[in-house]
Amino acid sequence: MSDTPPLHLAVALDGAGWHPAAWREQGARPGELFTARYWVDLVREAEAGLLDFATFEDALSLQSSRLEGPDDRTDQVRGRLDAVLTAARVAPLTRHLGLVPTAVVTHTEPFHLSKAIATLDHVSKGRAGVRVRISARPQEYGHFGRRTLAPLTLGELQSPEGQSIVSALFDEAADHVEVLRRLWDSWEDDAEIRDAATGRFVDRDKLHYIDFEGPHFAVKGPSITPRPPQGQPLVTSLAHQTIPYRLVARSADVGYVTPRSAEDARAIVEEIRTERAAAGRADEPLHVFGDLVVLVDEEEGRAAERLAALDALAGEPCASDAEIFAGTPAALADLLTDWQAAGLTGFRLRPAVLGHDLRGITRGLVPELQRRGAFRTAYTATTLRGHLGLDAHPANRYATA
Amino acid sequence: MSTPLKQIHLAAHFPGVNNTTVWSDPDSGSHIDFDSFVHFAETAERAKFDFLFLAEGLRLREQAGEIYDLDVVGRPDTFTVLAALAGVTTHVGLTGTINSTFNEPYEVARQFASLDHLSAGRAAWNVVTSWDAFTGENFRRGGFLPREQRYARAKEFLATAHELFDSWHGDEIAADPDSGTFLRTARAGAFAHHGEQFDIQGRFNVPRSPQGRPVIFQAGDSEEGREFAAAEADAIFSRHDTLEAGQAFYRDVKGRLARHGRTPDQLLILPAATFALADTDAEARELAHGIRLKQVSGQTALRHLEHVWNTDLSGYDPEGPLPDIDPVPGEHTLAQGRSTTRHHRDPREIARELRERAEAKNLSIRELVIDITARQTFIGSAETIAATINDLVQRDAADGFILAPHVSPGGLDTFAAQVVPLLQERGVFRDEYEGTTLREHLGLAHPDA
Repeated sequence: MSDTPPLHLAVALDGAGWHPAAWREQGARPGELFTARYWVDLVREAEAGLLDFATFEDALSLQSSRLEGPDDRTDQVRGRLDAVLTAARVAPLTRHLGLVPTAVVTHTEPFHLSKAIATLDHVSKGRAGVRVRISARPQEYGHFGRRTLAPLTLGELQSPEGQSIVSALFDEAADHVEVLRRLWDSWEDDAEIRDAATGRFVDRDKLHYIDFEGPHFAVKGPSITPRPPQGQPLVTSLAHQTIPYRLVARSADVGYVTPRSAEDARAIVEEIRTERAAAGRADEPLHVFGDLVVLVDEEEGRAAERLAALDALAGEPCASDAEIFAGTPAALADLLTDWQAAGLTGFRLRPAVLGHDLRGITRGLVPELQRRGAFRTAYTATTLRGHLGLDAHPANRYATA
Repeated sequence: MSTPLKQIHLAAHFPGVNNTTVWSDPDSGSHIDFDSFVHFAETAERAKFDFLFLAEGLRLREQAGEIYDLDVVGRPDTFTVLAALAGVTTHVGLTGTINSTFNEPYEVARQFASLDHLSAGRAAWNVVTSWDAFTGENFRRGGFLPREQRYARAKEFLATAHELFDSWHGDEIAADPDSGTFLRTARAGAFAHHGEQFDIQGRFNVPRSPQGRPVIFQAGDSEEGREFAAAEADAIFSRHDTLEAGQAFYRDVKGRLARHGRTPDQLLILPAATFALADTDAEARELAHGIRLKQVSGQTALRHLEHVWNTDLSGYDPEGPLPDIDPVPGEHTLAQGRSTTRHHRDPREIARELRERAEAKNLSIRELVIDITARQTFIGSAETIAATINDLVQRDAADGFILAPHVSPGGLDTFAAQVVPLLQERGVFRDEYEGTTLREHLGLAHPDA
């Protein structure tokens, strides 16, 4: 046994899986993607594998292989359910698994998102988080009609003009997270007093206006929903480069990153830690998780065969922002341990085919890690913050007593 | 040949932020804990109710610049609770109030379509409007909406949401792994709406849901509200506390349907009601009186009068006569965040009427407020209440009722155990759910039918 802290594992749920042809593999259940049963089965499998949490992908537009608009493809999964509602739907049917839906903060109201995630925390008894996502897809702007964004290709996004747009969107996202966090603290834990003698239901001195004012919006508060069980539900964000790393460093509890090697992981972690320190939060815990697309099979070579077959079905090799792993549970465990040593504290695995590779994680990888003493053998906490070793109930910024 | 008996529709409103909820009752539990909602939903489903109903609030109420603390304060997010309840129930409908002012059609449509999928066809939307800057202070857009535009925005909001729901027809998903065809058409979800309130286009990303669209509810007694409901809604909430008033409302609203090309069975009239149930009618009357005293404390009564007088009345004795001073007119109201405090008449005139009413009936401030805030209440033994409800429905004062118990979460339990079986014996309420969707419970056709 080493002194390495235990590894944290999350699974990213999206459609039939992360390979574009996933829905065509046996066991993918493509006709059930819009039923609750499908999602319940997935989260139960993740919980049986003792995973820290599941994330639920979301967007405010139809899936597309093009950033700048719909692709009119009919050979891939299109359509999805609201992630917050899906997470809420499965919450009462799970007991330990953290539930982290994606929310697009560019187009939604922080007041609404704050109460939705606080409520997810109430209904799951302390297992809620959120993955905040910005929108740089012009078609999503057209769905709201309140602001516009010129169509940008990925390449144009990398230009100085593109980067300044991205930077503004991430600044707005940081403000959005600040509002979420202030609203979660806007009720002190013991604000509800039910004092029949004085007729007061709450102690109004323990409810706080947040009075947030920023360039994009102002929010008065307090929240309509009392402080959630975790105090501060988990805030997470996916980041691929400096501007989004800064959001992770400034605002998040967990950042997902996409290194291509252990060395790459080390550099990314260092950059984020530097940003964290610059934001004055060096001593506050921050998890940096590596994202990986995974195909997992016990039989040597089988996962690679499946990847090749899926690529053939898709008509092109799978391309992903994250590294694609195809191999045995032991090989995956080796890779995770290696990258963990480079500074990552956990991983968010994206099963290529949910109907197959989620079990590869829960029934292949997890036992392998457990044998190595690198992963829990039972849940020891009941809340998501607890699973991650974070302060189980952070102090309220407004409480004076 | 006798006319077949009308079937009663019953729903339950989870008690929360309002002065009917007696939070000081020893049986009163949490209004936030999910277990309370589970208890309530399980009772409603065991009793074969059509649906349960959650209200919404988007800013804590204030009075005289301070957060109003005499009623229950705080509530969870409507969509999130309903989605979670879909996981622990199988039949009962899930109705949520969602404001059309501080939301956008694309997101609300996808939330309701998602809820309908996740509940296998049990979602309903109570469309409400708001316009005030007070609530707007919690939102990006602020309080921009002129009052006279609220129905215009609500109508266009709903029409736009319907365009989004209808952008998928229901046959797009092939999901055929052999041919590699997931969608039968590349244009699934395509929509374009160019109107006064919304100018949006693109692709809706939730496939057609089990009910096609959620069931649409509308509350409101105004001319605009009645007309909106007659044109657009599947059910209307109302608040009429006598047979005659109920019948008049019923006739009026049902009479409007033909003009919109609809038939009377396409809009259900479901007044809100509360109840006081005991072993005997006499005990129930005593219970009801006790509940009213708890609902309207002296402080609550004074605060209520301040809505009209628009000035601090804390120096007055709630057990004494009405204030002898005149109300303070003006745009600025002492109470914020309550729809019921917006008077559109001269407050001096309202005060004069209240004084006359108090003098004629010899009422103190508190007694007057108890009197004027009374709502449709069923008081009596189970037998009496069952008979009263059935009478109102058979005589076309309503198609059913939305019951708001004064205690949560157990306030519905005795009604479910004692009154529902009597209605079932009379053959006017279902013994078992016949369908699985809310549309089926309400006898409403699927929009694609």
